[in-house]
Amino acid sequence: MNDLILEGGLVLTPDGPVTADVFVRDGIVAGLGESLGSDEATVLDCRGAWVGPGFVDVHTHLREPGEEWKEDIGSGSEAAAAGGYTAVLAMPNTDPPIDAGHLARYVADRGSEVGLVTVIPAGCVTAGRAGERLSHLDELWMAGVRVFTDDGDSVADAGLLRRAMDYLAQLGGIVAQHAIDAGLARGGHMHEGDVSSRLGMAAIPAEAESTVVARDLALVRLTGCRYHIQHVSASQTVALIAAAKAEGLPVTAEVTPHHLAFDHRVVESTDPVFKMMPPLRSPEDREALVVALRDGVIDMVATDHAPHADHEKDVPFEHAPHGVIGLEWAGAVVNTQVGLEPVAFYERLSIAPAALLGASGQGRWIEPGAPATMTVFDPEADALDHARSRSRNTPHLGRGLRGRARHTLLQGTLTHSATIVPHPS
Amino acid sequence: MRHLLSMEGVERAVIEGLLDDGDEFLEVLDRPIPKVPTLRGKTVATMFFEPSTRTRLSFEKAAKSLSADTMSFSPGTSSLSKGESLKDTVLTIQAMGVDLMVVRHAATGAPWRVADWVDVPVVNGGDGAHQHPTQALLDALTIRQRFTTLDGVRVGIVGDIRHSRVARSNVWAFAALGAEVTLVAPPTLLPLDATTWPAATTSDLDDVLTELDAVYLLRVQKERGGASVFPSLAEYTARFGMTVERFNRLKPDAVVLHPGPMNRGVEISARVADDPRALVLDQVRNGVAVRMAVLYQLLGGERDE
Repeated sequence: MNDLILEGGLVLTPDGPVTADVFVRDGIVAGLGESLGSDEATVLDCRGAWVGPGFVDVHTHLREPGEEWKEDIGSGSEAAAAGGYTAVLAMPNTDPPIDAGHLARYVADRGSEVGLVTVIPAGCVTAGRAGERLSHLDELWMAGVRVFTDDGDSVADAGLLRRAMDYLAQLGGIVAQHAIDAGLARGGHMHEGDVSSRLGMAAIPAEAESTVVARDLALVRLTGCRYHIQHVSASQTVALIAAAKAEGLPVTAEVTPHHLAFDHRVVESTDPVFKMMPPLRSPEDREALVVALRDGVIDMVATDHAPHADHEKDVPFEHAPHGVIGLEWAGAVVNTQVGLEPVAFYERLSIAPAALLGASGQGRWIEPGAPATMTVFDPEADALDHARSRSRNTPHLGRGLRGRARHTLLQGTLTHSATIVPHPS
Repeated sequence: MRHLLSMEGVERAVIEGLLDDGDEFLEVLDRPIPKVPTLRGKTVATMFFEPSTRTRLSFEKAAKSLSADTMSFSPGTSSLSKGESLKDTVLTIQAMGVDLMVVRHAATGAPWRVADWVDVPVVNGGDGAHQHPTQALLDALTIRQRFTTLDGVRVGIVGDIRHSRVARSNVWAFAALGAEVTLVAPPTLLPLDATTWPAATTSDLDDVLTELDAVYLLRVQKERGGASVFPSLAEYTARFGMTVERFNRLKPDAVVLHPGPMNRGVEISARVADDPRALVLDQVRNGVAVRMAVLYQLLGGERDE
């Protein structure tokens, strides 16, 4: 493996940012300094950019197995690497759903074969995501699954969720909840508010999210199970998270790039690219999410990258499936809309999500001996101007976003470069 | 004006221009040969993806009175049942050669999607519970004929506001023309958040009844009756129906409108429906005239030819 020199960037070390060259040998950070020149090394220009740990996404829909016309592990890995990601948590709402050990191993193995990003499978809480009985939790655990979710649906039955939490608490597993009450959400396509009122569209109140989270927090108190709230959309949920953290409950939360970037007023256009679950909420909710991410009440950004084919989205709003892609622009949205300084930026996009997953070799500040799993992010560059995913359902193009991954390295291998053609091993 | 999709945000002068043209076309409809050659050679396609008879017939009559040809599409017998997408359906019809499409669809925003896909003007013939702009025009024309203006006219819209595209169109048109609009309905049929609507709301019809110049009754969808939005049809009629007793308490010159089809005995008593101050059939006739005005303006007719 060729030596690499990452030249002239602002390097995020355990002791804070320093401008320095980073020397990489055999997939490991070999040294930091200004005089590590080597004639045989490949030099990556990092001037004007931040050199930090690779981004980790705890909410990615890779659509494989079963819906490969939208995305597969290969195309999704390319999109991830292009966005600066070195690890993704693959959501288990595939066809078939990932509710048994061999299925989880298939996803992880396909990710390794592609080799662009570490693909970590999440497993279902309930068999077939049907919400009726537990999935093969132990088998999934043995296959390396640490995060369990029926994402796409809430685990509605409190008794069943309590049993899952009891079981996973003793293993150290995490329940990640897609918190939307099916009864309050029924038939809804967007946020319930003045926009839905004028559009005459059936809508989903913010309480559909907060009531589920409030109930679940009581179960966390009962069981001690680690609990992660997916794609927080409402300010009233933020308040519940802050209170739970103050109480010392083992709770984490994520927010998506699209909930940071948009509010429900864009749905006035009835453009299906703005249809997602949970829906875009009020301007006040959006502002609360930005503040919560800044303050760390919300721990991390997660893309909820949800590819859909053109023919599926090019229909009336009410008929379109939920979701947008986001791996390629998450860093740019956070950089542009939230404006974090580099340490906090990498904490939200890498350190916190890697800690949630317990992913070895991910989310390490740059220092000698650390794996060379890094993202060089240029905060001044124009955002990526096209999708790398198989699907194109993104609202982020043409919005003047700033920031993009200049180079992405996975254990010393260049998996994406804005300036050099990548050649993964 | 490229398309007519919504009444929300349409300027007063634009609405008045359409109503003025509508008045002129009413005169055409009164002629022995109720037809002008204005749109000869043009083709209007009525694309009704949701069942409707009266609105489609009204558009077709309007087109024919302007000497346009008409094509009509209805979902029951169409390629939609073979799984064709909405996009392919409208592109196919466009490729046959049409100059304007009237689109009705159960999904909010569908006419906007169609307008994105095709190159011809699109008229929203009703989308979901969202908009039905030609209904608002015909209702505004009907009220204007009675009071000469809508300025200061007090209009109560009574009934299932929450699920009504008629209400969502009419509030904007009436308010733009200077009327004071009050929405009257049980709490479960009022919009969930009407803070940005140009209208007041109440659940007490009798409280506002004697102040109204025009009472606009919406159709009660009987299939909703007794479900969970109000307790029973009888209770609805008792609190929100235009009974003879309520009709007699209205101002002497107040009028009653209804978009049809009426449920006699539910939201309107039969005797009120047949009273000369119930303008239901005027609305129907005005509907043809304002749709002529819309087709005429969108297909590039000259106002002063």
